Amino acid sequence: MSKETSAVVKEACQRIGRERHNLLDILLEIQEKLRCVDQEAMQLIGEELSISSVTVEGVVSFYAFLSQEPKGKVIIRLCDDIVDRFAGIEAVAEVLCEEFGIQMGETTEDGKISLEYTPCIGMCDQAPAALVNDVVVTNLDVRSAREMAKNLKKHLNPAKLVKKLGDGNNANKWIKSMVQNNILRRGEVIFNDEGTPEAGLKHALTKTPKEVIKTIQKSYLKGRGGAGFPTGMKWNFARASEGARRYIFCNADEGEPGTFKDRVLLTECPDLMFEGMTIAAYAVGSDSGIVYLRGEYTYLHQFLEKVLAERRKQGLLGENICGKKGFHFDIRIQMGAGSYICGEETSLISSCEGHRGNPKTRPPYPAQEGYLGAPTVVNNVETLCRVPRILEKGAEWFASIGTKESTGTKLLSVSGDCESPGVYEVAWGITVRELLKMVGAEEAAIVVVGGPSGQLIGRTAFERRIAFEDLPTGGSIVVFGIERSVLEIVHYYMEFFIDESCGYCTPCRVGNVLLKKRIEKIMDGLGELEDIAYLKDLSKTVIMTSRCGLGITAPNPILSSLEHFPLVYSAIVKKRHDGLQQGFDIKRALEKSREIAKRRSRIYDRAYGEKPISVENIG
Amino acid sequence: MLGEVNFEIDGVKVQGWTGQTIMEAADEAGIYIPRLCDTEDLRPAGSCRVCTVKVNGKPAAACTQPISEGIVVENNTKEMNKYRVDLVEMLFSEGNHLCPVCEASGDCELQAMGYRLGMTYYHHPDLNPNRTIDASHPDILLDTNRCIFCGRCIRASRDLDGKGIFSYVGRGINKRIKARAERLVDTDADLNDKVFAYDLCPVGCIIRKREGFKKPIGTRYYDHKPIGSDIQS
Repeated sequence: MSKETSAVVKEACQRIGRERHNLLDILLEIQEKLRCVDQEAMQLIGEELSISSVTVEGVVSFYAFLSQEPKGKVIIRLCDDIVDRFAGIEAVAEVLCEEFGIQMGETTEDGKISLEYTPCIGMCDQAPAALVNDVVVTNLDVRSAREMAKNLKKHLNPAKLVKKLGDGNNANKWIKSMVQNNILRRGEVIFNDEGTPEAGLKHALTKTPKEVIKTIQKSYLKGRGGAGFPTGMKWNFARASEGARRYIFCNADEGEPGTFKDRVLLTECPDLMFEGMTIAAYAVGSDSGIVYLRGEYTYLHQFLEKVLAERRKQGLLGENICGKKGFHFDIRIQMGAGSYICGEETSLISSCEGHRGNPKTRPPYPAQEGYLGAPTVVNNVETLCRVPRILEKGAEWFASIGTKESTGTKLLSVSGDCESPGVYEVAWGITVRELLKMVGAEEAAIVVVGGPSGQLIGRTAFERRIAFEDLPTGGSIVVFGIERSVLEIVHYYMEFFIDESCGYCTPCRVGNVLLKKRIEKIMDGLGELEDIAYLKDLSKTVIMTSRCGLGITAPNPILSSLEHFPLVYSAIVKKRHDGLQQGFDIKRALEKSREIAKRRSRIYDRAYGEKPISVENIG
Repeated sequence: MLGEVNFEIDGVKVQGWTGQTIMEAADEAGIYIPRLCDTEDLRPAGSCRVCTVKVNGKPAAACTQPISEGIVVENNTKEMNKYRVDLVEMLFSEGNHLCPVCEASGDCELQAMGYRLGMTYYHHPDLNPNRTIDASHPDILLDTNRCIFCGRCIRASRDLDGKGIFSYVGRGINKRIKARAERLVDTDADLNDKVFAYDLCPVGCIIRKREGFKKPIGTRYYDHKPIGSDIQS
């Protein structure tokens, strides 16, 4: 047993605490210090926490940012999102592989550098982008990638890669990042700068908790993460649930490909978010809050801790907040470790409890029995940022913006083939066409509203409105030009869902793999009419039987592309006149047997009999 | 607080008790809802999804969904059985299920479910997994290529035996069942553990050595009566 492993594990467990719900923190620390969590470490953690070592392995193997094999001192994670692919990430990868002499997924022999792909890191507006340990590197190209490689070889210090700081708080000494905010439209609720800091909280504290919930209910505020559940109703449920303790969770795990608006809120409006959490805590009767911050945003962690410390100093957190006797509330930050599914509220809770990030069985709902069995409210960053404004300016004011079903504004993260990618705060109800004009993409051919779990739409649907009652979105809008392939986009998104499925239930774990295989068959030009029926049929089963939102929405790229781009499919899926099955390629079917038999086919190999038989001659 | 709960499954009036799941109440009423991951004595997991029913028009897993007054449950309908066939086909495609050479044939719940639902073949490509086969233990063989991820062994070892020998590792399609040690023989696994009872594993993933062909094919549990017969009145 290595002394180092033993010392690091014991120290981490001792300091962080030997409870199960600290497991993710313990694992993250060990990963950072030892560059891996190997069998030996898992064994020790199991002993320290009194759980089986294979249970620990179950958790370690769940997260992309934890590894059982040692990783390099510097891990370069290239964002593999479709937007980054179209922006040239593959050329960047090629340069890096060449410079370091390794393939993607490998670590250099000297243990200095690891190269990996990772799904959307929330930088689609400045793609191609990468994470170098925690440091974000944006707008990569072949030249800057080569320079980055050369510099890393020299100093092995990711922080030194940041030459020019980004705008706003990105330049703050606790962030020091090259990331740009790209706030391109400031709407009436969040980015207007007219709100008074903490006015919402102070106003809330003059009311009873029930009145605060009433106000939120009257504003018709709906969750901004994508599902759109009425916020006030969620709070009400949690308040009404029995529990010695209640928790307020902020879901800062935006992982939907193409979404990055929470990144900007976390950078520019953390006080607004924490204020929103504090109001929620007062309304629900909670003394404890957790921000679940996605691992990709580790570069914001220290900054957020500083903001929390400052709020404690000012009496905005801690005991008797703002002088309100008996109102105690504090917030801690839980880091994620690379898992899309953990943005699903019950998975997020599982993750915080130190379990695999599997969704939980519902009912009970989190508002009844959530984190450690206590009533728990999970709200999105953006939802919470709206709460103080509603308290400050009134529910009627908020409800007067947007549409009847979708009140207020929405932050849209727009990326892809447009002139001005960035964050736009617009009133709900804007048509897709109006938005495309705003972002400089009037020629767009494909728009993905709501990311892969939303809808792929084409020009005939551009008059539709972005709103809960028409085209809902958690914030992701990805625009593609006429030169992009619908099938390639669909295929990428299916791949994404397959990689990110927790694997708990059959339809999501297996069904999506089968759907992707059928898309591949069509892309290979082997599609038959039956395949279209198969796709629709199997998609329906996956949707109807999946256990959580991931499975329920995963077939959306297929179904919406079939609906909006029927010509793409009909152009490639054709009925053969000879009655043969397109999908059956006899040569391909025989290939393996020929290889094993080391013989060519008398019927299908034209050269049969002319040359001596050898493996090389098999055509 | 035992209260009567009245509801309906496929038009039949059913009475259950507060706190029961749809599956429990249906079982007591002699109505069979197909299932693979759920089994008596273990906490339901809702992972295979074969027991998906519609509750007031919305899909839910019968094994985890609590009953409530007046709900209308659709179970043995063309639509629900179509989803079930699809799920069973998915499981066949996902693992290596070669019934003619499998020791569990005839006692296998996956196979029996296929028969019951009228599955004749599966419409999907084989995914041909190449997973671990562990024959290290003197009494037990694990062929994880046949695992259908019901999680019964995880729950039984943890909750009934208090040993926690098994867990899932990995995620998505790469999820695997794994024992605490690389070789099962290096754990405290014992043939008398409840997890190794003959009918706990629904398929042929956990095999009790030297018992496989004691009972000839043709005389096995599901050879003459379809799965669910013991519940169906």
